[in-house]
Amino acid sequence: MKKTFNIVIAGVGGQGLVTLNQILAEAAKAEGFDVKTSELHGLSQRGGSVETHIRFGDKIYSPLVALGEADLILGLEMLEGLRALPYAGKKTVFLINKFSLPFFGGFSEKEVLKKIGTLIKTRKYLVPASNICKKEFGSEVVSGIYLLGQAVFKKIIPLKPKTVLSAIKKVVPEKYFELNKKAFNLSKNG
Amino acid sequence: MEKKVLLGNEAIVQGALEAGVDFVSTYPGTPASEIGNVFSKIANDLGIYFEFSTNEKVALEAAIGASFSGLRCLVAMKNFGLNVCSDSLLPLCYTGTKGPMVIIVADDPNCWSSAQSEENSRAYAFLAHIPMLEPSDAQEAKDFTKLAFEISEKFNIPVIVRTTTRVAHQKMPVICGQNQKSKIKNQNVAGRFVKDVERFVTMPPRVLEMKKELLEKIEKIRQFAEKLSSDTQFSRGKVPGNLGIVTSGVSYLYVREALDKLNLDLPVLKLSFFYPLPENKIKGFIKNLKKVLIVEELEPYLEKETERLAKEANCELEVIGKKVLPEVGELKTEIVLPALIRSLNKKIKNPLEAKNKLQALPKRFPRPCPDCPYWLVFGALKKVAPEGTIFGGDIGCYMLAGMPPTNLQDYLFSMGSSIGIGHGIKKSTGQRLIAMIGDSTFFHAGISALINAVYNKSNPLVLVLDNRTTAMTGHQPNPGMGKTGSGSDAVEIKIEEIARACGVKNVKVVDPINIEELQAAVLAFLNKKEVSVIVARRTCALLAKKQSKK
Repeated sequence: MKKTFNIVIAGVGGQGLVTLNQILAEAAKAEGFDVKTSELHGLSQRGGSVETHIRFGDKIYSPLVALGEADLILGLEMLEGLRALPYAGKKTVFLINKFSLPFFGGFSEKEVLKKIGTLIKTRKYLVPASNICKKEFGSEVVSGIYLLGQAVFKKIIPLKPKTVLSAIKKVVPEKYFELNKKAFNLSKNG
Repeated sequence: MEKKVLLGNEAIVQGALEAGVDFVSTYPGTPASEIGNVFSKIANDLGIYFEFSTNEKVALEAAIGASFSGLRCLVAMKNFGLNVCSDSLLPLCYTGTKGPMVIIVADDPNCWSSAQSEENSRAYAFLAHIPMLEPSDAQEAKDFTKLAFEISEKFNIPVIVRTTTRVAHQKMPVICGQNQKSKIKNQNVAGRFVKDVERFVTMPPRVLEMKKELLEKIEKIRQFAEKLSSDTQFSRGKVPGNLGIVTSGVSYLYVREALDKLNLDLPVLKLSFFYPLPENKIKGFIKNLKKVLIVEELEPYLEKETERLAKEANCELEVIGKKVLPEVGELKTEIVLPALIRSLNKKIKNPLEAKNKLQALPKRFPRPCPDCPYWLVFGALKKVAPEGTIFGGDIGCYMLAGMPPTNLQDYLFSMGSSIGIGHGIKKSTGQRLIAMIGDSTFFHAGISALINAVYNKSNPLVLVLDNRTTAMTGHQPNPGMGKTGSGSDAVEIKIEEIARACGVKNVKVVDPINIEELQAAVLAFLNKKEVSVIVARRTCALLAKKQSKK
């Protein structure tokens, strides 16, 4: 692994970004890395565009990923994944939920897909995580965990699946752990 | 020692526990809210007294009473809360504390979660002569909270720990120590107020003696700050361009990132104290430099202080700061790095130039949750309020009414101001006006404005959007809910009864699900010659969901 691994998670307030942040921080710590994250609460959480940052490695100072420095952009919603493009550099991997939360004045799904196709020039995966989770579990609430699972099993994030699963267990409420575990493991075949 | 992944705000709680805090009071405000949230969960078990106060002034005053009774106190608030409590903060610095008191103040550069202003609370250190520490990360948030208790105890003075959003909402593994037991058991009384008029009464002429004592105290604390080991200084090898950097708080982290990126080895002085500044330490640092870059967010306070000290220590020194760094918005590595290159005056390629430019995408504005009862209220107002009606906004979830597609907000200031400003507009114009205010905001600062409007014969329509909680900051209880911050039962204070007691004749409580009833009330009250109050009461949808799961 290079000195530092940088992740930007982009989505819409309420999609569970803060939980993913906590899981990744716990997992990175468990593997002995230094780690810092940044998140936003309050007004910025209310259904608007939200991004959280996670950085881990030997020694981390800033909690923020600098422009052009992301190793992974995890988009929980298509347009928001695209919005994080300025964080991407030459080797950035995009893992984007093929799912859109439309809003007044926004693009159509077709338009977003087209823009993602032309503007994102590095390695990218569009995964229908919300649809898969809805079909399998009757709820799309674990789609973030499903995407995280893919990033781990595809070895995009240099953390072991076992460690990440333990971190999920530590972070999510006990009664939801089984559901989260299922979503995480299901992503292995995705 | 155990390491735990903690949010900056959680680390502050940990620091207070390790310092043996007895008494905690707060009013929620982003980015400081989690401090109260955590205490409200753990206070009972740990035997700590905790309360959500009605506003920050009352929160500070509660802690003053506890400190005078010998308890160890923590008060937490966002930046604007410091404005609210400043009236009592200044005399507190004069009297000093008895039990130690630490005040957490969270600034929000970039206004991520703040309307009203991009306030830099550092100015209060000068105004009140209050010591102020600036942590840069979650570990320091914990360590500095503990240190602040030590300083407060040693010098009998309140101490501010000033965080910013990127510190308060930063997570990292934090080395945790042993908690110290609080003196309080099960919210029972543990302190004792011993009368001491010389100490607690600020009447003239004593008040001027107190000021003199305060200034002397600050000089003693300055000596303490000079010796502080958490002020780190790096100076390795030869200094390119004879440039050094002075910084503090989160800006320090961006400085370290930028230096690493450029593979540069410059001397850096990172300050823990913003006030009083360790002046000799700074003078020693700048003595042999040609140039110094001051890396700080918002207004150039450190820069001006360094300029002043340079006159004594090194009058040739070039002090660079806001010439290369913005005064608006937060800093980040990609802003500090080019500033550093410019200060070096050397041709170095910026390694962080954005590679991917993106045309502006349509903006996704924040908005109320899909099942939020406020939608019903906004819909009713859209339907029946006559063209030209003025909508006064206030601080809370309902300020999202100002976003598209509702656009129902014609002015927005500070807690409680929708009523005060609405009164002034009514007195000046006679135009139709609806002042919107939430339940927690009404208790915080709306009541005195309502009394003023009645007393001075004004007639705004005050619409209280009562969602039975302090929603925006994370569902903290308020006086209307019948529960205290530590979860015990309390008197449920009714807004409609307060309105009537303030002399309001036209008062109506409506569940906004009854849309027609709400519409009729708005129409009927808009034309009244006296103040009217409608309480639109329906529980926040998120809270209702949480409650039904219990």
